[in-house]
Amino acid sequence: MSFAIITQGDVSIIEIDGQLIVGNRQELKQKMLDALDGGARKLLVDFAKTGYIDSSGLGVLVSLSKKIREQGGELRLAALNEDLRTLFELTKLDTLFQISDSREQALASF
Amino acid sequence: MTSARDRVPPSEARTIEFEIPSDVRFIERVVDAVRSECRLMRFTERHLTLNVPVALTEALSNAILRGNRDDRGKSVRITARVDGVRLVIEVTDEGNGFDFATCCVDPTTPERITHEDGRGLFLMQQLMDSVERMQAGGGNVVRMTLNRAL
Repeated sequence: MSFAIITQGDVSIIEIDGQLIVGNRQELKQKMLDALDGGARKLLVDFAKTGYIDSSGLGVLVSLSKKIREQGGELRLAALNEDLRTLFELTKLDTLFQISDSREQALASF
Repeated sequence: MTSARDRVPPSEARTIEFEIPSDVRFIERVVDAVRSECRLMRFTERHLTLNVPVALTEALSNAILRGNRDDRGKSVRITARVDGVRLVIEVTDEGNGFDFATCCVDPTTPERITHEDGRGLFLMQQLMDSVERMQAGGGNVVRMTLNRAL
């Protein structure tokens, strides 16, 4: 997995390229917490280039969402493909996150 | 356009076996190898991009982190047998096993949905046609079966 964090306006966009699974989710968590510590309050994870996610990847998103909310911020998700949508629906995490079809839609919603 | 011949899998079953150390960095290469075998057997694209990689990743992760308690000195064995009808994967760790009923709690309830953990076994059961646990050969075995869509 590789990821990039870019800023658009006051939104920090995290792009995940590859899989978000047990072996790399801690790295993502740390980088997003660093962004939060740096003052980011609107965070968007863009899954356009993401392959698959396992339960630990889902879990890290849940814990990050909680942490970000505690700091007065918000984490939103965008561009999930059909497989990723299925994972969120199976686990009912689609009820926990605001999920947009595209990055543009997500940015407009903030 | 896919012809009728393209949808017919090879007639002989294929079996691959691995033994990996208890290191999560080995998971992806095992998943890729099993996916390749399923691709040869004409499993659906969704099976290749969702069911197999996620369920197998969960099983391997559990074996490494829970079964073998992340002990690099312990190994995980994987056997995957695939034919034109089904994929059967067995993941064996050196642990004492676990109680399926206790561990298979519903992570989608309002009480548990905000928990970071607890979705692995659930996803395995959702994505595979059957998931069984047994003790065999001195280790804990999780067997998962996925039927090839016809």
